[in-house]
Amino acid sequence: MKDIVHILWLIPLLPLLAAGALALAPRLGKRSVSFLAVGALAASCVLSVLALWATLGESEGEGEVWRQTVNFPWFSMGAAFMEIGWVLDPLAAVMAALVSFVGCMIFLFSVGYMASDKQYARFFCLMSFFAAAMLGLTIANSLLLLFICWELVGAASYLLIGFWTRKPGAAAAAKKAFIVTRIGDLGFFIGMLWLSSASGTLLFYDEGKGCLEESALTSLGAQTALFGLAVPAALTWLVLWGAMGKSGQAPLHVWLPDAMEGPTPVSALIHAATMVAAGIFLLARIYPLASIAGDAVSFDPLAAAAWIGSLTALFGAIVAVAQTDIKRILAYSTISQLGYMMLGLGAGGPATAMFHLLTHAFFKALLFLGAGSVIHACRGEQDIRRLGGLRPCMPFTFACYAVGMLALSGFPLLSGFWSKDAVLHEAGAWNPSQLPFFFGLAGAFLTAFYMSRQMVYVFFGENRARTENRQSSTRPKENDAMMTLPLLVLAAGAALLGFIGTPALPAFQSYLEGQALETSAGVLWEAKTLGLLLLSSVIALAGIFFGWLLYRPSRFHPATQEDPLRRMLPRCYRWAENQFFVDELYQRTVLRGLRFLGDLAEIVDRRMWERAGRLCAAFVRGIAWIARLADEGLANAGLDRFCLSVRRIAALLAKIQNGRIQSYLKIAGASLAIVALVFAWLRS
Amino acid sequence: MNNLPLISLMTFIPLFGGGILWCFGGGWSGRKATRIGTGIGLLTLAVAFFLGLRFDPDLGTIQHIERYRWIPALNVDYFVGVDGLSILMVGLTALLAPVALSTAREAAPRAHRFAALILFLEAGLIGVFTALNFFHWFLFWELSLIPAFFLIRLWANPRQSEAAFPFFLYAFVGSVALLLSFLALFAATGTFDFAELAEQAKRGELMSRVAANLGWKEGASPQGIGLLLFGLAFFGVAVKVPIYPFHTWSPAAYAAAPASVTLLLSGAMSKMGLYALLRLILPIFPDQAAQAAAPLLILTVGTIVFSALAACVQTDLRRIFAYSSINHLGYCFLGAFAVMSGPADASSTPDAAAAINGVGLHMFNHGVLAGLIFFLLGRLEARAGGLRGLGDFGGLHSITPRLAAVAWTALLASLGLPGLNAFIGEFLIFKGAFAHVQWATAFSSLGLLLTAVFLLNVIQKVFAGPPNEKWRTMPDLNRGEWLVIAPALALIISAGVYPQYLLRFVNETSLHWLAQLGKTP
Repeated sequence: MKDIVHILWLIPLLPLLAAGALALAPRLGKRSVSFLAVGALAASCVLSVLALWATLGESEGEGEVWRQTVNFPWFSMGAAFMEIGWVLDPLAAVMAALVSFVGCMIFLFSVGYMASDKQYARFFCLMSFFAAAMLGLTIANSLLLLFICWELVGAASYLLIGFWTRKPGAAAAAKKAFIVTRIGDLGFFIGMLWLSSASGTLLFYDEGKGCLEESALTSLGAQTALFGLAVPAALTWLVLWGAMGKSGQAPLHVWLPDAMEGPTPVSALIHAATMVAAGIFLLARIYPLASIAGDAVSFDPLAAAAWIGSLTALFGAIVAVAQTDIKRILAYSTISQLGYMMLGLGAGGPATAMFHLLTHAFFKALLFLGAGSVIHACRGEQDIRRLGGLRPCMPFTFACYAVGMLALSGFPLLSGFWSKDAVLHEAGAWNPSQLPFFFGLAGAFLTAFYMSRQMVYVFFGENRARTENRQSSTRPKENDAMMTLPLLVLAAGAALLGFIGTPALPAFQSYLEGQALETSAGVLWEAKTLGLLLLSSVIALAGIFFGWLLYRPSRFHPATQEDPLRRMLPRCYRWAENQFFVDELYQRTVLRGLRFLGDLAEIVDRRMWERAGRLCAAFVRGIAWIARLADEGLANAGLDRFCLSVRRIAALLAKIQNGRIQSYLKIAGASLAIVALVFAWLRS
Repeated sequence: MNNLPLISLMTFIPLFGGGILWCFGGGWSGRKATRIGTGIGLLTLAVAFFLGLRFDPDLGTIQHIERYRWIPALNVDYFVGVDGLSILMVGLTALLAPVALSTAREAAPRAHRFAALILFLEAGLIGVFTALNFFHWFLFWELSLIPAFFLIRLWANPRQSEAAFPFFLYAFVGSVALLLSFLALFAATGTFDFAELAEQAKRGELMSRVAANLGWKEGASPQGIGLLLFGLAFFGVAVKVPIYPFHTWSPAAYAAAPASVTLLLSGAMSKMGLYALLRLILPIFPDQAAQAAAPLLILTVGTIVFSALAACVQTDLRRIFAYSSINHLGYCFLGAFAVMSGPADASSTPDAAAAINGVGLHMFNHGVLAGLIFFLLGRLEARAGGLRGLGDFGGLHSITPRLAAVAWTALLASLGLPGLNAFIGEFLIFKGAFAHVQWATAFSSLGLLLTAVFLLNVIQKVFAGPPNEKWRTMPDLNRGEWLVIAPALALIISAGVYPQYLLRFVNETSLHWLAQLGKTP
């Protein structure tokens, strides 16, 4: 069991092989495609669970984490080698198991959901490719390898958002997603370059020589970069920037709602459960580096993470309240929940953040798949105002969706309740400020509120599309087992998973941190813990209650009817509905600026450099012209005169050659006489 | 067998083959001329491959040397040989030439002339990448220019054939500057031999000899003349690659030339300048390059950022990729200049080696990539009757899914997606350069972002969206095209996953090169 680290590479490789096979054999039948893709990921899942099993109970206690690595040289750089490798530790194992398990469920769901799509093989090829890259990311033991997988999951996300290439919106959304995340990636990239030049290695763990190990951390901590910022702090800032891009933190969140243009299983897997959480995972991975950065008071990147996270949590929740697209609500909810993870990471630590990441992956994947199920049954309808009354038609989907909704809202004892409570607990104990804590509480209330609103709209009352529109009178039907079974499994996870990390029995946290597990039921009854638990329960219930109060079906209302919130708070609603005009702001500033700079570069090219070239050419031509004048006027003038005289002499000589034999003889005789005379004179 | 003059063979096969095609090909059909031309190209490729097999990459020195006394009066030898960088460049040229040759049929009725000119161009390129004596190096350098000029002038579409003139003039003026610089060196030292000149430069006596020879004022430092000669020589190179602000010929020429010629211009000919920089200029003018590093880096960053910005607003696909090519080769300049500007201590050696490895690798990878991209663009133009505006297509993914898939792969590789070839070179360059010049590198990384902007824009406008009815019947890739695409894709993916098989050629060479420049302690 211990040696499983040596075959850890199979975890990402199996889906990769499936993706390669599907790319090379696009004409495979649907059954073989499903079998290949799901089978490969299921095998990875089994391996991941075995790896997780191997790490369980291996805790050495005292904060020392059990860890095994395999490193190998990849390519040479002069005398040195660039090494990469993979690592098996609790963090990697949990993440790999999570990704492959949730991935499996979503793959299964997709078999039903995408069944009628013409590009079935391409879909599973790209999904498998994504799974491979994401699993590679989880077990990477080198910042370079992590970056590579990070970019590859971005590319997979890009290709899958734009999966329906005929939809113009999909292509635009895909481009936007890639470019916005790449803005973040630049920070990550520069941070990686910096780390490599400052520490000389990009391996995380390398038997004491890795950049996250004691000696490198000490030497890095001693170096200062600019503005008196320690190098680890500067590096963490850069990496945080990258994580914000990937994890949809404000102000780089704008791509995530648009990414919902992709097929719903894609939204569930990539844009809810796994890829968007990669930013949190990255920060958790480099947490040893980030935590020594916290010494500098004013520029602490972890404090920044807490602030950014709490603001994003609140912001996402506010916007979600006023959205009407079922997937867009969930997208803003994801942004908001990622904010909680970021807050948990900044204020608490990786264990808190990872706990929320884990539970969120389950209930958000569940919600997205539930939404997919609804959309599938209602023939592509995504506007919640045109849905409704689905509870009797789709009881199973309704039940599962309700579990997911309650978990997300923080309903007592469900998974989201425990993990959000852990985040809020850390935020409440955070020294620098109490504000993030209150932002978090406000966000929690709004979360319960918008989920309840969505629930009522979609499942209660009457089916509005049907009552308004007589011809589409077929009743939406429950989907088949291929689609409902994954919902059931995820719902079980969403309901129960919280119990691995309750305050009384923090098994998950101590496992991740390598502490010995201590059962402390007493903690549960401490005033502070209990108070917070009660407070968040009250807040969640209040949110659900208000949502029901405002949108309850007895008050309801055709699709065209105004949202009651808009009547109550018209201005606020308008801002939330338009997502605080962030897109418009970027349109006016960043995109216009880019366009302006591009035009400027073009104009500089055409007007300046090309003209400068022409000017040089004209200058040379001018010189040539002067030279020609000089040639013809001075140098050639002399030559011409010389030539003229030659010609005159020649003409003179030509006259002698007149063809008469007499004159030739005369000349010959005269010449002979002259020669004879000369010789005679010379002899004497 | 052991003493086969492989390099000469490789140079003169295309030269004579081209001559035969030129003289006797008049009566042949376009198809026959194309086949013979491609055959000659493939033969050259076979020789190059054989040379690559016989090359020992672990030595890092110059191998397969052929040296004959040629013009004793001028102390000129015919002196050729290859090191790791040369061999990659030769391989690249030999790979790209048959691709260009295979399209000669489209140049009918003068297909034989077209093929002959491409073969001459190939001979010139291989000559440049293998010569070790300035005299015939320069002959080949010019030899490559003339066929390129005629290829643009005679086969461009009539509206744009004027573009051949700026191309020729810029290159020619650059060559003259380069020649002047080397004549000054020759007058002082009596040698055209690269290695000897570099050796003298390393000992620090080159410039003082030149200054003395030119009757520079007694007692004045030879610094001024050194910088002047470096400037002249660098100008010759800068024009060729090109670097801002000497680049305006290149989008025009890339847009005007037939697609297969653009493929060679961007894929192979642009590497001549970089090769000359690494082989001649930096080793012979190391101190001057270090002195001028700051302005050179500014030019480089400007090249990277402005070319990418300019590419964002182009509407002609050819011009987009012309600017993209300038942008990519800017990274090579960045790596080279960063190393020149850095100190020579033990701690910086791995980074310097990384940067130079990256430059060599990126030159090769960009060649393959640019070759594939311009090939695909040429195929697309041929299907669309010469149209190639950004807005002329749309939705091609639904019509020609395989063409789209290959193009996506190539474009994603071009924007530096890991796992595909360009990433490794860029990473190595940035890693090495960052250790030496942080700000220039940080600013250059903006180029990586902007590249994504315009490349994804191309994908969106050309391949995504609702299919354009006009191209409803456009055929997908045919078997002949796969013959080109499959090896290119294999190279792109394999070099991204396992770059070592290319890097082993340049690695020792880089170390050797750095030692020569005194960059290793």
